[in-house]
Amino acid sequence: MTPVEFLAWVRGPMFQIAVAIFALGVAIRIVEIFVLGRKQDLSEPRRDGVVPGIKTIFGRSIPDTGTFKRSPLNVVAGYIFHIGLFTTILFFVPHIELFHSVLGLQWPGLPTPFIDAVTVVTIFAMVVILINRLRNPVLKFLSTFEDYLCWLVTLLPLLTGYLAFHRMLFPYQTMLGIHILSVEILLIVFPFTKLMHFFTVFLARWYNGSAFGRRGVQS
Amino acid sequence: MSTPAERATNAFKEQIDGPIASYLSSCVHCGMCAHACLFYTETEDPRYTPINKVEPLRRVWKSEYTFFGKLASKFGLTKSVTDELLKEWELLIYDACTLCGRCSMVCPVGNDIAYMIRKTREGMIAAGYAPRGLKDATYRAVTVGSPMGVKLPALKAQIKHVEKDTGLKVPLDVEGADYMALLSSMEIMNFPEYIEALTRLFDKAGVSWTLCSEAFEATNSGMQIGSSDIEGELIQRIVDGAEKLKVKYVISPECGHAYYALRWEGPNVIGKKYPFEVVHILELLDQLRAQGKLKVEGKLDQKLTFHDPCQIVRKGGVVDEPRRLLNMVSSNFVEMEDAGVMNWCCGGGGGVSANERAEPLKLTVFNRKKSQLEKLGVNTMVTACANCRINLEEGIEHTNMDVEVVGLAETLAEHLAD
Amino acid sequence: MLQPWNKNGLTVAERLQAEGISRRGFLKFCATTASMMALSPSMVPAIARALENAKRPSVIWLSFQECTGCTESLTRSHSPNLETLILEQVSLDYHHTLQVASGEAAEEAREAAMKENNGRYLVVVDGSIPVDNGGVYSTIAGITNLEMLRETAEGAAAIIAVGTCAAFGGIGYAKPNPTGAMPVSAIISDKPVINVSGCPPIPTVISGVLAHFLTFDKLPEVDDLGRPITFFGQSIHDRCYRRPFYDRGLFAESFDDEGAKKGWCLYRLGCKGPATYNACATTKWNEGTSFPIEAGHPCLGCSEPDFWDMGGFYQPLSTPTGDVTRTLVYGVVAGALIGAAAGSMARTRKIKAQKEHYKVTTDDLEESS
Repeated sequence: MTPVEFLAWVRGPMFQIAVAIFALGVAIRIVEIFVLGRKQDLSEPRRDGVVPGIKTIFGRSIPDTGTFKRSPLNVVAGYIFHIGLFTTILFFVPHIELFHSVLGLQWPGLPTPFIDAVTVVTIFAMVVILINRLRNPVLKFLSTFEDYLCWLVTLLPLLTGYLAFHRMLFPYQTMLGIHILSVEILLIVFPFTKLMHFFTVFLARWYNGSAFGRRGVQS
Repeated sequence: MSTPAERATNAFKEQIDGPIASYLSSCVHCGMCAHACLFYTETEDPRYTPINKVEPLRRVWKSEYTFFGKLASKFGLTKSVTDELLKEWELLIYDACTLCGRCSMVCPVGNDIAYMIRKTREGMIAAGYAPRGLKDATYRAVTVGSPMGVKLPALKAQIKHVEKDTGLKVPLDVEGADYMALLSSMEIMNFPEYIEALTRLFDKAGVSWTLCSEAFEATNSGMQIGSSDIEGELIQRIVDGAEKLKVKYVISPECGHAYYALRWEGPNVIGKKYPFEVVHILELLDQLRAQGKLKVEGKLDQKLTFHDPCQIVRKGGVVDEPRRLLNMVSSNFVEMEDAGVMNWCCGGGGGVSANERAEPLKLTVFNRKKSQLEKLGVNTMVTACANCRINLEEGIEHTNMDVEVVGLAETLAEHLAD
Repeated sequence: MLQPWNKNGLTVAERLQAEGISRRGFLKFCATTASMMALSPSMVPAIARALENAKRPSVIWLSFQECTGCTESLTRSHSPNLETLILEQVSLDYHHTLQVASGEAAEEAREAAMKENNGRYLVVVDGSIPVDNGGVYSTIAGITNLEMLRETAEGAAAIIAVGTCAAFGGIGYAKPNPTGAMPVSAIISDKPVINVSGCPPIPTVISGVLAHFLTFDKLPEVDDLGRPITFFGQSIHDRCYRRPFYDRGLFAESFDDEGAKKGWCLYRLGCKGPATYNACATTKWNEGTSFPIEAGHPCLGCSEPDFWDMGGFYQPLSTPTGDVTRTLVYGVVAGALIGAAAGSMARTRKIKAQKEHYKVTTDDLEESS
């Protein structure tokens, strides 16, 4: 397979396969949560749970001070990683073109050198996160193969994207192909792993926030 | 359905719902819940990480309630619940969790972990994996009517004492009263001051209230052990008593889990709404305060603090009431670090205090409260839960601290204006 | 050293002299050729010596399934230049478009050249070769292209596949490829084949390859697609004068917007420059006048294999080529249906579990565990 054939394959059939698995898997997992449902709570609510539920969806992004004090590294690296990842995904112009072509939506991009710098910082944060996972007793205890797999499949698009952008390691077509392939791997792995939290985090926060909220506590 | 593991699995299948599915789908193993849990912070044992405690539940969710997990289970790729697992996890679920819900407040993806642990207990007890002490307490609650084995004659004796001391009548079985007060066994046995306080406070405020000879016990070991069957049976007694006396309100006493069980879980475990409203005693007192019916005189000038009972404050929503009440009678009320909805548990909630096996661990985790108190330098701690109170007193005694623990209602009663 | 191939036996130097080109002009040409091929200036005398002594090689130009664009590219020059110079230094013994002879006479010329210069002549191919149904889709004088290529290639010293059709199959090879079109390299494996891709290829590159062959008696070093690395070593994007706009995130979004007028990067308009290896951005076209991007049009990626099938010309490189929106929608709908079914089955299991509920009684509390 020549680099051009490889690139055509990852942009063509492989992309379709990855998106199909991703869409199918994610839809299955979200719908089955909804179908499982929540039994009506018969207790008299102190107040309606809708507003607190929505507040928790957003508010939970801000860590409480106690958590921050006890595991600052986790919080800071986690923050940098998430913000960095979404910045590179959403604001690199070639990526915006991808969203535009698939979803029909587009928005302004950020200067390429900025994205480049963010990528480096994000990769660095991910390395810190891995070291933390390997060294922190709680994280080490909790971590399974899936956690390391998710780390890897998330890192690869960042790393290959960086290498492709800088024309490193392989000819551009090959590197771009590898980059796109790494994203496809991420998409394929997504519905079967904790990466699902990208979607279910909103459900979880909602359920938590509305349950606490109806009891009168903003969780 | 013969083996314990099968009974546990079936119970987990009954309990798993949309919220649990979304929580288990969302966990990223970040480990932040460990830092919210005093069992981890005081022991640094990673097994006590809250999310780890729901492993039995997680296994059933994955293999039974996810499409991909179900598929994987056909190929034997999922783990099932075993006796060994339940045996091991009994120590995590009952001995190292007070259902305080602090983890549910910090989880960055929003998992209500305490809710899941509560549900996990359903399977544990269905399989018979629960601590002896808690089983015994529950047994007494069902058979005798009180986890401590307190019977009506004992209550009547205490009523007599109170009537003698106050010169006031303690209403019992008064049909048509507005409020039906409940008590916890501990209040009857250890802290009768509470009954006296209620009598005096309600007398002054002109509250129409009564005790019920058939339903005076508020505590609910069924909730602690995690059996909604037993929890429902105990709740039903209260509902029956309240219906018989045709009261409008039922007052939950100064007891954390009693309030949570009655106020929030009760209607769900009996499967119907109450024909009355449940109020916590602090809510009622605060209402009386707002109406000007609660008049106090004199203020305590020693430095004092308030210990938030988890089930009343964080999980119950009674947050500002105790503070407003306490400020009526104290000129030097100071808050502990993390006070309010982020308070730290006393270490004895969720049935831990009934579990002798957990005693050493319970005393270890008391260190969290100890350091909070030392930081503040107080000698008086007010609380609103008899279980917290006993547990705090035990810890204080064990660590040779000089701190007095008092109930909020009785503190108010002491300052009632004539 | 090359042997004299042709009838009149004149060396390149002799011919140049005869045409009145000065020694200085000749050396200048050698220097330009050297720099074009990224050779060290010290190689200039060697090139000059080689070219001086080289006899006009016989070249057989085979035009198969093609559009004549490659020939146009090579011949349509306004003034004499290196390309024409080189062309005049070869003995073009067979070329449909350019030769005077036609019909059987033309074929005879080819056969004669092959016979006379057996083992020494160069074959230039433009156009793809249809192979389906025995190659009947394109014939010359009743001979299929496939047959003619095999026959002609047999006695060739080397083959230069000129243009993307000959190099990679090009438009004929594009889906669904009704004629079974193939590139030269898919048919000839026992002769050196060099690909000078492009639609059309840059004339300088064709002449550069010829000059290299004349100078060194061998084809230049190639990349993994068989293209001379000197000309195809860098991407258009890397040498593009609009590159700074890409780096700064300044893009034209339509052909008539402010960005387009200001000459910003054409990535969003589908420019394939980042994935296209060719010399357009450096040698440019029409004697260094301009190249497509400079004229405001995105690079089509014409020197790359399958450029017809790499999605739309105006579709950005980072976008998938298929209809992903449809896949996404179908996937979500199908997933939702499966999820609903799986969820209902889960609910059924839950209801069953509730029916089989094990009621905890005081008996369970008594027994010691």
